Amino acid sequence: MDEKVVEMIIKGIGETLYMTLGSVIAGYVVGLPLGILLYVSGKKGLKPNFVLYRILDFICNIIRSIPFLILLILLIPFTRAVVGQSYGSTATIVPLVICAAPYIARVVESSLSEVDQGVIEAARSMGAGNFRIITGVLLVEARTSLMTGFTITTGILLGYSAMSGTVGGGGLGDIAVRYGYYRWQTDIMLITVVLLILIFQIIQTVGMKVSAHFDHRKR
Amino acid sequence: MSEIEIINLTKRFEIEGHSVVALDGVSLSIEKGDIFGIIGMSGAGKSTLVRSINYLEKPTEGRVLIDGVEMGGLTEAELRKKRSKIGMIFQNFNLLEQKNVTDNVCFPLEIAGIKKKEARKRAKELLGLVKLGDKEKAYPAQLSGGQKQRVAIARALATDPQILLCDEATSALDPQTSASILELIREINRKLGITVVIITHQMSVVTDVCRNVAIIDSGRLVETGPVEAIFANPGSDAAKELLAGKKEGYIPVKTLDAGRRIRIVFRENSAYEPVIANMILKAGVPVNILKADTRNIGGKAVGEMLLGLPEDEAKQEEIISGLKEAGLTVTEVSENG
Ligand SMILES: Nc1ncnc2c1ncn2[C@@H]1O[C@H](COP(=O)(O)OP(=O)(O)OP(=O)(O)O)[C@@H](O)[C@H]1O
Ligand SMILES: [Mg+2]
Repeated sequence: MDEKVVEMIIKGIGETLYMTLGSVIAGYVVGLPLGILLYVSGKKGLKPNFVLYRILDFICNIIRSIPFLILLILLIPFTRAVVGQSYGSTATIVPLVICAAPYIARVVESSLSEVDQGVIEAARSMGAGNFRIITGVLLVEARTSLMTGFTITTGILLGYSAMSGTVGGGGLGDIAVRYGYYRWQTDIMLITVVLLILIFQIIQTVGMKVSAHFDHRKR
Repeated sequence: MSEIEIINLTKRFEIEGHSVVALDGVSLSIEKGDIFGIIGMSGAGKSTLVRSINYLEKPTEGRVLIDGVEMGGLTEAELRKKRSKIGMIFQNFNLLEQKNVTDNVCFPLEIAGIKKKEARKRAKELLGLVKLGDKEKAYPAQLSGGQKQRVAIARALATDPQILLCDEATSALDPQTSASILELIREINRKLGITVVIITHQMSVVTDVCRNVAIIDSGRLVETGPVEAIFANPGSDAAKELLAGKKEGYIPVKTLDAGRRIRIVFRENSAYEPVIANMILKAGVPVNILKADTRNIGGKAVGEMLLGLPEDEAKQEEIISGLKEAGLTVTEVSENG
């Protein structure tokens, strides 16, 4: 295989990791507070607020119901406004984040609702306010579940970043589409697929190991 | 002024259009340094009542005063500060599962804004007090139920509270462990002078540690007074039912076959005399002993006996007056009692 191809694949790996990690981090910057807000304003939350919950709930559901590929195209003008161009890996992060944030918010909300109400009650009885309960009880007790959610989200975003290759997003997905689909170079496509599987496995294994390591509920 | 003053407390829960009255005009005073029991059947409103004391539950009507301060008049921030002076423990311990024992005990101190180093020092002291000095680094999952409750007690005491609220604190524990936790609570009350409020549905818990008791039934306070007095002479149906100990696995009174039944209570002084034997000799008729038990109430041995009397009404009266003369408390046990 010629050197150019190897170089291209290495660059592709870099771009894929960049897009995945970039969107997962930016996704959590938006999604984590959103998820906390969903939990807090929810029916059994710390400060139930029906109107706020309904609005957030609605936005999340709308975005999540749009297929990613369509979202990608719909957002082209927005992406161009933010990044300055609508192709390349940095530009791909924009729709990835918008797609991921509501998903992350849901995952976070569900992790937080697993926390035992009794522990929250105990914290209240000690004089903890809502902010302290979020930082000192909810995020601590839900840690394992949050990390598992993070791992799953990262895996999904890896797949989505590859999908964005179809519209010139860069990364391994882009290579697979350009060589496998347009030029019928099946070998290059296979290599990228194997690499994607490998990266996915690594994310999954490391993620699960780390979250299990920080779980103290076991003996 | 009592330390805890509950005045005409009513709590209604609105669920899907209709309202549930959990507490109905409850008034209660708890003195400083007391160990006060609140007993009632499941759903009677005990938890709601105890949660109203630290205002985790805001009453629909009525007032709660702690040391003369009206809880309903406090701002959110003042209320949080007040709560840190009222420790609370629970049936399910409610420890932070992801934090170790020391960090659990430090948590209320962290909330109170105490420096980490100081908090750790205090946690160490408290873990010594509850006899868990060797478990500092353990996680709750590695502890037994009794040990978890000890951690919860240490945690509740961290901020030097004046009051300790215990909501069914021993209900999830076996009798032996339960006894050791109650002993610890008694010790804390004695050593630190903390007022303790114990919620339970088990009469044995009340008779073991409490000095005063309130009985609630369907959200109403039906009886209150010193444990000894209520044990000897229960006035309410709820008290009689709880004393009959149905929840503790004794045979319910009504299945024991006899015409007229009485319940007699022995005090320490009378327990040494052969009262029953004398009575039988005197009356010349046999009586049926349906149940007999002794309990330790506030450090004093108190015996309890359930007798089935003979048919003859004159003899019945003779027996009852004879027992009363011997200094025993005699109460009739009704069919459903
Ligand atoms: N948050 C709530 N919403 C609606 N109803 C409630 C709520 N909390 C308590 N209740 C109702 O109030 C009544 C009293 O409940 P409470 O928990 O105080 O009883 P309890 O005496 O502690 O019972 P248990 O021994 O089972 O713990 C019950 O009928 C219960 O269903
Ligand atoms: Mg209860």
